[in-house]
Amino acid sequence: MTSVPLLTIDELSVAFKTRKGTVQALHGVSFTLEKGEIIGLVGESGSGKSVTAYNVLGLLGPAARVTGGRIGFGGMTMTTARESALREIRGREISMIFQNPRGALNPIRPVGRQIEDVLREHSDLPRHKLKGAAIDMLHQVRINEPERRYAAYPFELSGGMCQRVMIAMALACEPALLIADEPTTGLDVTTQKAIMDLLVELARARHMATLLITHDLGIAAQYCDRIMVMEKGRLVEGGATADLFRAPRHPYTRKLIAATPRPDSTLADLIASTGTPARPAAEAPATAVAPNAVEPLLEVTDLVKEYPLAEKTKASGLGPLQRWFGRTPQTAGKDEPGQPPAGVFRAVDGVSFTVMPGESVGLVGESGCGKSTTSSMVARLLDPTSGAIRFDGQDIAAVPAGRFARSPLRAGIQMVFQDPTDSLNPRHTAFAAIAEPIRRLATPGDGPALTRRIEALADRVGLPRELLSRFPHQLSGGQKARVGIARAIAVDPKLLILDEPTSALDVSVQAVVLELLDGLRRELGMSYLFVSHDLNVVRLLCHRVLVMHRGRIVESGPAERLLTSPDHPYTKALIDAVPHFVPDGDPAAPTPEAAALKLAGE
Amino acid sequence: MTAEALRHARYVVTENPVTLVAFTLFTLLVTAALFGPLLVPYDPLATNTLVALQPPSWDHWFGTDHLGRDVFSRVVVAARLDLAIAVSAVALSFVVGSVIGSIAGYYGGWADRIISRLVDTVMAFPLFVLAMGIVAAMGNTVENVVYATAIINLPFYARMARAEVNVRRNAGWVAAARLSGNSGARVLACHLFPNVLPPMMVQVSLNLGWAILNAAGLSFIGLGVTPPTPEWGIMVAEGANYIVSGQWWLALFPGLALMLAVFTFNLMGDGLRDLIDPQRRT
Repeated sequence: MTSVPLLTIDELSVAFKTRKGTVQALHGVSFTLEKGEIIGLVGESGSGKSVTAYNVLGLLGPAARVTGGRIGFGGMTMTTARESALREIRGREISMIFQNPRGALNPIRPVGRQIEDVLREHSDLPRHKLKGAAIDMLHQVRINEPERRYAAYPFELSGGMCQRVMIAMALACEPALLIADEPTTGLDVTTQKAIMDLLVELARARHMATLLITHDLGIAAQYCDRIMVMEKGRLVEGGATADLFRAPRHPYTRKLIAATPRPDSTLADLIASTGTPARPAAEAPATAVAPNAVEPLLEVTDLVKEYPLAEKTKASGLGPLQRWFGRTPQTAGKDEPGQPPAGVFRAVDGVSFTVMPGESVGLVGESGCGKSTTSSMVARLLDPTSGAIRFDGQDIAAVPAGRFARSPLRAGIQMVFQDPTDSLNPRHTAFAAIAEPIRRLATPGDGPALTRRIEALADRVGLPRELLSRFPHQLSGGQKARVGIARAIAVDPKLLILDEPTSALDVSVQAVVLELLDGLRRELGMSYLFVSHDLNVVRLLCHRVLVMHRGRIVESGPAERLLTSPDHPYTKALIDAVPHFVPDGDPAAPTPEAAALKLAGE
Repeated sequence: MTAEALRHARYVVTENPVTLVAFTLFTLLVTAALFGPLLVPYDPLATNTLVALQPPSWDHWFGTDHLGRDVFSRVVVAARLDLAIAVSAVALSFVVGSVIGSIAGYYGGWADRIISRLVDTVMAFPLFVLAMGIVAAMGNTVENVVYATAIINLPFYARMARAEVNVRRNAGWVAAARLSGNSGARVLACHLFPNVLPPMMVQVSLNLGWAILNAAGLSFIGLGVTPPTPEWGIMVAEGANYIVSGQWWLALFPGLALMLAVFTFNLMGDGLRDLIDPQRRT
């Protein structure tokens, strides 16, 4: 290591011009990054971690202004450099990978060509060697059959493959610094693990410095040498990963660490960190099963959902145009389904389970496993191909989804959606959103009565009453989540389907929302069908867990048992892939830092 | 709420001065349309051969035509008829077009196929020629000019509504609306449709200018409005005969009025969207 750090950020301050005046986004942030070092920039949304990273590349828009400090890279001052000089550096010396890999790739250009574009721009390779170099990069990021994938378009690749291509593009010119902005957010846990392993391994092998921006402390702990914690535009704490987790000094760091669900934490642990007093009832969920319930509230039997494959693939596997041009359709990432009839894809393949009154059941699996399709069918937003859904003694699958809106059972099944922003009508206020199901499905009463009812709901979910008149874009993520929950419980449903209700939220907000959901279930006696990919969260909230894989339930059982001693290899792989950290520095546990050091020494 | 709306309106106007210009011109046009006959100095139909074909002067700001009618009075009074034709045609095509477009976008399948092909059929004709054909076939009246203008504008609204509904129909809040007990038609009318209004408003505004031009174009070639009714298209057509002999004011001033109207509506589009979109309110 050299004495001069590769990247120096010194008292950096950045302000944004907005409609309401200037907003200071960064307040004097300082840190350095050595060659070959992996640093995690951790913080919740709005903490300024992305602003810091984008500023290194000079990628902030015209509304942003550096009000103080400097960024030094090598011998250069990035904050005062001309745009042409920055352009030289971007891609060759510093490159970046983004959160949404599919969005960052050009959709109408084969991925191999896109890697070539980077090489052509920033390297001295002769023309005829470009293709070979691009394929070599695809090989290095461990894409199978790189020669074939060279010609693939981004839409033909899975999310994980797209991120691998992005990594290949970013590393094509051997940059000295890689900035990774939430590179695995939105990917499945097993894919996340594979991508992060690959990224860190390549960085170590090339002695490349990496600035990893993430909101996930688990990932930062597992893969970073040092971690910088940011809060509201300030760097509150920074240090070696092991030290930071063993003895966090700043209260915000402590709060963040405590709010991250771990394999051994309880809801009370999480909630204690947020400063909200825990409700007395917030104990382990296993004690709360309604003991005398005999009749299941929901009984799903042999549920099947089939989608016809596109017509061109039905007949001969090739469309007329494709036959003409001799190209084969590539559907990488979409695996062969079981043995459905020809020309049909089975998204859900004979799923059966029950939910007892007052019980909370987790439905776990990776994207594409059919868990969302299953929950949509149970919510009666989608018609199953075959199978029965008995709810409260009646077969609700018999009523077509289009007519279920008028069924008296509609109020009995409600849903909390994954993305709180997407699930609220942008033109309705919070009040209107919560009032909607009451107006349609219950007797709303007169104006004042409805207002009282909605204010009571807002109180119940912890939404300040004065926010009821706001539009969704004027609310924070956590507040929007509360509006979504208030809307779902407004008509006293018996079954609440939670579709990844916290995956779009910051950890501290997630902790509060999980506690709220757990409390509501106890108070109102609802049953939960909790759809999620986050096993740590599922364990906190669910009595029983069903693991779905390729449209089937591969394992089910009590949450504690299933997550500590899984039987099915898929469940094991899922549990292994969850990023973890050892907060107390237990010497018995093999710390990830040790493993990382070992790797670096090789 | 109204105070907030006013504040928002003020913000939109001050942030973009072009919007202020557009709304000022719009107010001018609307005033002319509503109160034109009360404001003008002369009766727009009164002929006075003593003062025929006089150039602009203090007595006759825009000069007089071959029958001695005051061009200024005629230009101002014509605003009512021209705006009425454009507004009613655009309103008609907006309502019908967005309804059928929304249905096509929301339900898809056969509804979409039939509606889209019908719309394509209309689009396949040269639009002005189609309008001429419609007026010629249905009869040479002002109502038929309105219908013809509405029909040729309809595809734009239908296509736009279809696309805007289509991208939103799988949004989380649409599923939430269904869970709240809304039937398909209600989701479309009460939840989806209000959300596609802002982009449609821009289209309405651009279209108004275009509809005015179209109506004037039809009267220019002698369809729809008949003399001596003051109307910009006819006035330009009548004035065109005198340009060669040096009486430029006959065609110029109604032409300027036309240009101003089209310009106003084109400028107003963006401002309207900013006003109507809640996301712009912070």
